[in-house]
Amino acid sequence: MADDNIPIRRRNFLLGAGTAVAASLTPPAAEAQTAPTAPGDAEPLLTLTPTEHAFFVAAADTLIPADNLSPSGSQCGVAAFIDRQLAGAYGSGARLYRDGPFLKGKPELGYQLPLNPREFFRAGIAAANEWSRKTYGKDFDRLADADREAALQAMESGKAEFSGFSSRMFFNALLDISMEGFFADPIYGGNRDMAAWKMVGYPGLPATYREDIKKYFGKKYDKPPRSIADFS
Amino acid sequence: MTVTLKETDAVVIGVGWTGSILARELTKAGLNVVGLERGAKRMPRDDFTIPSVRDDLKYAVRQELFQDTQLETVSLRHSPSETALPIRRLGSFLPGTDLGGAGAHWNGMTWRWLPSDHRLRSHITERYGKNAIPDEMTIQDLPVSYDELEPYYDKFEKLCGVSGKAGNLRGKIVDGGNVFEGPRQNEYPNPPLAKSMAGTIMDTACRSLGYHPFQAPSSNASEVYTNFEGQTLGACEYCGHCERFGCEANAKASPNVCILPALLADSKFELRAHAQVKELVYDKAARKVKAVRYVDTRSGEEYEQPASIVILGAYVFNNVLLMLTAGIGEPYDYKTGKGAVGRNYCYQVSGNAVTVFFEDKEINPFMAAGAHGVLIDDFNGDNFDHGGLGFFGGAWIQAGPTNGRPIATRPVPPGTPRWGRDWKQATAKWYNHAFTIGASGCNYAHRENFLDLDPTYRDALGRPLIRLSYNFHDNDYKLAGYVGGVLGRVAKAMNPTVMSTPSVKKGDYSVVPYQSTHNTGGTITGTDPKTSVVNRYLQSWDADNLFVMGASVFPQNASYNPTGLVGALAYWSANAIVTQYLKSPGPLVHA
Repeated sequence: MADDNIPIRRRNFLLGAGTAVAASLTPPAAEAQTAPTAPGDAEPLLTLTPTEHAFFVAAADTLIPADNLSPSGSQCGVAAFIDRQLAGAYGSGARLYRDGPFLKGKPELGYQLPLNPREFFRAGIAAANEWSRKTYGKDFDRLADADREAALQAMESGKAEFSGFSSRMFFNALLDISMEGFFADPIYGGNRDMAAWKMVGYPGLPATYREDIKKYFGKKYDKPPRSIADFS
Repeated sequence: MTVTLKETDAVVIGVGWTGSILARELTKAGLNVVGLERGAKRMPRDDFTIPSVRDDLKYAVRQELFQDTQLETVSLRHSPSETALPIRRLGSFLPGTDLGGAGAHWNGMTWRWLPSDHRLRSHITERYGKNAIPDEMTIQDLPVSYDELEPYYDKFEKLCGVSGKAGNLRGKIVDGGNVFEGPRQNEYPNPPLAKSMAGTIMDTACRSLGYHPFQAPSSNASEVYTNFEGQTLGACEYCGHCERFGCEANAKASPNVCILPALLADSKFELRAHAQVKELVYDKAARKVKAVRYVDTRSGEEYEQPASIVILGAYVFNNVLLMLTAGIGEPYDYKTGKGAVGRNYCYQVSGNAVTVFFEDKEINPFMAAGAHGVLIDDFNGDNFDHGGLGFFGGAWIQAGPTNGRPIATRPVPPGTPRWGRDWKQATAKWYNHAFTIGASGCNYAHRENFLDLDPTYRDALGRPLIRLSYNFHDNDYKLAGYVGGVLGRVAKAMNPTVMSTPSVKKGDYSVVPYQSTHNTGGTITGTDPKTSVVNRYLQSWDADNLFVMGASVFPQNASYNPTGLVGALAYWSANAIVTQYLKSPGPLVHA
């Protein structure tokens, strides 16, 4: 089972490290769903470094753990989604006003850093791993389940003291992009096999309910979901 | 080098709702009209098609259809003593761009102001005394009465094929409609939309409390409808992709569906897309705007378009920016209260919400339209006695999902973590069993809320950004607190399995969470040139051939989504131009 966790293996290979830790990261086989499609041994990365990819995989699997409702975040393609998003227009700062001066402002004035999303996550992961090494002795993706959960909780509450970076702001951005990947249409690389839509009962496309809004009034809608690709 | 073009009869800046209406009415009157649109020529049959129109990430999250803040944005400070910072990413509000403007991706709530909203200062003074309004609350009357505007509201509703039920038909109060509305001469063009489960629960709960529920007046056509321009709207599919999206069914009224096909077929109209207006050429001595300078964003070429009539139909911020940079009128000074341009910037007191969860009810939130809720107006405007309450105004209160798109819409009971195993279990359990009751509150003008030019930050054309000095004040917090109490009562009357604590507005205005694209004021209409920018016909006091459209003319903001009044005032102003101004160009009101 440990071998299923491809990103960990990649990092272990790169670092020449042992694989013992990986076993504890895999959810119990009995209750976990299997990945709908193989994550792909050679999932190509557009922009993320292996270290960053391993971080997003570990984070996605902690935020969205595998259980009877769905495979884990990374098995659903969340890390692949993030890689594509950060490699594209969004990652390089589309629709982000980036003229200076860049001044620190109240949170109500919104994002005020000069970093585009790609740069933001690069700096944030470096800060998170540095903090993780200081606190736990190793990078975030190498931590056992319980420590990963505790680490993310410390970031969420802002108690994790990153060097030169707000851990809370980093966590909120991490949570947002992970949930986007989990719930967006599968054309972007996440939500594989519409696992997230099946989990909640969201039917996706074509979303033409003129008759169904009457027919299913007060009743559970029982049709399987379809995605943009199913109509393309 | 600027290329000077041949003079035209009228130039329209911004081809959204108001630009389309004015261009249509002026070409019908025989004028040649040039429409300058900064964005692309967007038409539904190319741009809004299945399957890509259902892309939640692209449209709702990555904001595909909105103004590109990389090029143009605004800055904000909470009080004049602070340094404003630019809004680097859109959140709180979402101005549109491209042909049709935000009219292509709104939700479709189409309201009339209450008769008392039209004469707010007079009404409050009459009912609560001449000292009732605090000094800092700089509210004014809208100088057009409800009765005068009624035919124009009616016309805009017929353009859009609004679905709804009258609550006051020629003075007769009708149960099931909004019994608080002003008298309307005609029933809505279309019957109300199909009821949702959430709306039905809301209806029952409100009736049990003695309130007066009704279905939202909606520019999502409940039936196929052909308007007086010969344009046909499709019937709403309840697709749950309305606000932030274009409509593939052509059921959501937009300039693109309701009016532009007719306008673009008229040889008297010339659309120039990718034409970004940079400045107005103002002749102060002649009190005219002689021309409009714009940049063709495809070539960088700069043009000067002379025109006899100039219609300013951009969004609120660009309307104010173009007036201020041209030096038309006196900029507002909050210290002295003098000057009018930038005065009375208002927004919306929203964010009051309570989420209700029903273990045994299937809500199907994804079967929804943009304006699909069941509402009450019992606590709106001055529909209830404000004696002793310490605030004025109120809110409409609504239940009914607009969508079930799960990137953003997946309510969980209070106390649920935001991630992890428990979050997953709760999300799966409650996704189809919950909805939110929300409110949209009046925002009355405050002396220290205004618009001016930012001294530091600039847009891609090198112009200063518009700077918002804006925060919520005492009246807003009290109003929200009162409305929060009503929300709690309504939620309890639904007898839900679980409910959240009604949120209470506190702290400073934040640009981060979406609230509404209901920015108003800055070029307000009034009877006195000292405290208003345009007269009752939306004609500039300082340039008689300049007419300013849109919510920037609202003296303050009622609780209602602004498009109904924006459309009615556009027809009202167009009528004045055609029947009065063309015969005798000059000031239509002598102050």
